[in-house]
Amino acid sequence: MAAMTFAEKVLTRASGRTVVPGDIVNAKIDLAMSHENAALVLRSFQEIGAEHVWDRDKIVLLFDHRVPANTTKSAEGHKVVREFVKKEKITNFYDLREGICHQVLPEKGHVMPGMLIVGSDSHTTTYGAFGAFSTGIGATEMASVWATGELWLKVPQTMRLRLNGVLHKAVEPKDVILFLIGQLKADGADYMSVEFTGPIVDEMSVSGRMVLSNMSMEMGAKNGVCFPDKKTMDYLERRVKRAMYPVLSDKEAHIAEEREFNLTDMEPQVACPPQVDNVKPVSEVAGKTIDQAVIGSCTNGRLEDLMAAEAVLRGKKVSDSVRLIIVPASREVYLDAADKGILSSLVRSGAVVTNPGCGPCLGAHQGVLAPGERCISTTNRNFQGRMGSPESEVYLASPATVAASALEGKIADPREVRR
Amino acid sequence: MRGKVWKYGDHVNTDLIIPGRYLDDYDPKNLAKHAMEDIDPGFAKKVAFGDIIVAGRNFGCGSSREQAPVALKGAGVGAVVAGSFARIFYRNAINIGLPVIECPEAFGEFKTGDVALINIDKGIIVNEATGKSIRFEPMPEFLRDILKNGGLVRYTKEKLHR
Repeated sequence: MAAMTFAEKVLTRASGRTVVPGDIVNAKIDLAMSHENAALVLRSFQEIGAEHVWDRDKIVLLFDHRVPANTTKSAEGHKVVREFVKKEKITNFYDLREGICHQVLPEKGHVMPGMLIVGSDSHTTTYGAFGAFSTGIGATEMASVWATGELWLKVPQTMRLRLNGVLHKAVEPKDVILFLIGQLKADGADYMSVEFTGPIVDEMSVSGRMVLSNMSMEMGAKNGVCFPDKKTMDYLERRVKRAMYPVLSDKEAHIAEEREFNLTDMEPQVACPPQVDNVKPVSEVAGKTIDQAVIGSCTNGRLEDLMAAEAVLRGKKVSDSVRLIIVPASREVYLDAADKGILSSLVRSGAVVTNPGCGPCLGAHQGVLAPGERCISTTNRNFQGRMGSPESEVYLASPATVAASALEGKIADPREVRR
Repeated sequence: MRGKVWKYGDHVNTDLIIPGRYLDDYDPKNLAKHAMEDIDPGFAKKVAFGDIIVAGRNFGCGSSREQAPVALKGAGVGAVVAGSFARIFYRNAINIGLPVIECPEAFGEFKTGDVALINIDKGIIVNEATGKSIRFEPMPEFLRDILKNGGLVRYTKEKLHR
């Protein structure tokens, strides 16, 4: 058989026929995730008129976008989904207890290398950090997955990004992905299967690789994969109870586009409003005053992120003019951070810690912005009106940069604030 | 398909098409009231049934929210013509029965207020104001089938009950 890419291998297995890029295949789905928009999925599912879901063990449902319910309508949505879960006996339902879908699925052992995963959330690309082919889809097609277990997918071309060099101590995975998005632009990887490789990825923690895969979709990627190594398998073996078989691209496989970057001298990066690809080195935007700082989300709400922020803030006080909001990504992260004294230290520094969930990222609640306000955030989008008023501004940065900025009351370089 | 053109630029994202603050409501009529609100206030009132959006690159980038094409369709939009689409928006639009046409050339040939005539099967757009005719690659037949069924719901229904 001809040499194949990771994407071609997964889609060949899932569709039962040998595929090449450009083919449209009907693929069997291994795992299907939905959050609150399960209520929307359910509408289409009922319209389709299927008697039951195709496999109650392969669907994972939870709430994270609006938890606890922020409006009566949200509460109604939650209720409808809870009733459906009961009726269909959906095996994996976490309600509002566990946190953000993209953190909870790997934590609970649902994600394995080589799987084909779809989620009705754009950041479903996150599971690529574990060597899965995972991508975001819409609500109606999720209804079709619930009914049939299958979905049409176009086999993507592959883009390989090789990241060379050694990162500066205060430079984090978030800076790496923001830099790449700034270089490739918001549609630079449209429809493609992106592979992150090179010494920087090898050195990176699993948590850091999740940042790369998570935001690969902000440059249009269909999926963004980091190939499993010992670190990945160590993380997974503690959680997954089944045999795992990593899938890698063959050496001779056809890579449509290959790019190489040396990041040794890269400084921390900031994505300026109103687009994620409007990326500048922190030194160019330092000094802009801020009203709010947010650390959390499926991009940067993990233990490593809270620890990076705490290292900057330890024993110091957040500026009086800044609201620092911390949103742990999951219950596990919350508990670990509490056990390690990270949360108490952050609260002593003046932070407000919320329950695990998406928090203010999408502008629903827990820290929306007034007209004229400016926020620096570890979240993943800075579109106009994303976090509240259309006349507010969101800057995206790493946890260390956001923490340093919260201290200073203005956008600040973590390399200068640390220690 | 024929309608008046509303023109926008590159990277029109899903937060501009329907802001996150309205997403606790799934009713297409309520969503439609806020379509394009942050990029073009009053759009929902101005747009007429069958009007056509012409835009630049990467239309619909951002969230997977299906409410984005639902809001446009609910507001009366008959089709979106763009230089390129973000992949989830493209899928969602077809799945809910909103025609989406990838045609980079159209952007330079239309301005707001022109009238566009589109033949989806043949892959032709005509600007009635200028008489200029542009070709585009028709989408695969199977996607056109979903569109003709009014979206994926009816398509899947037929598949299940066949």
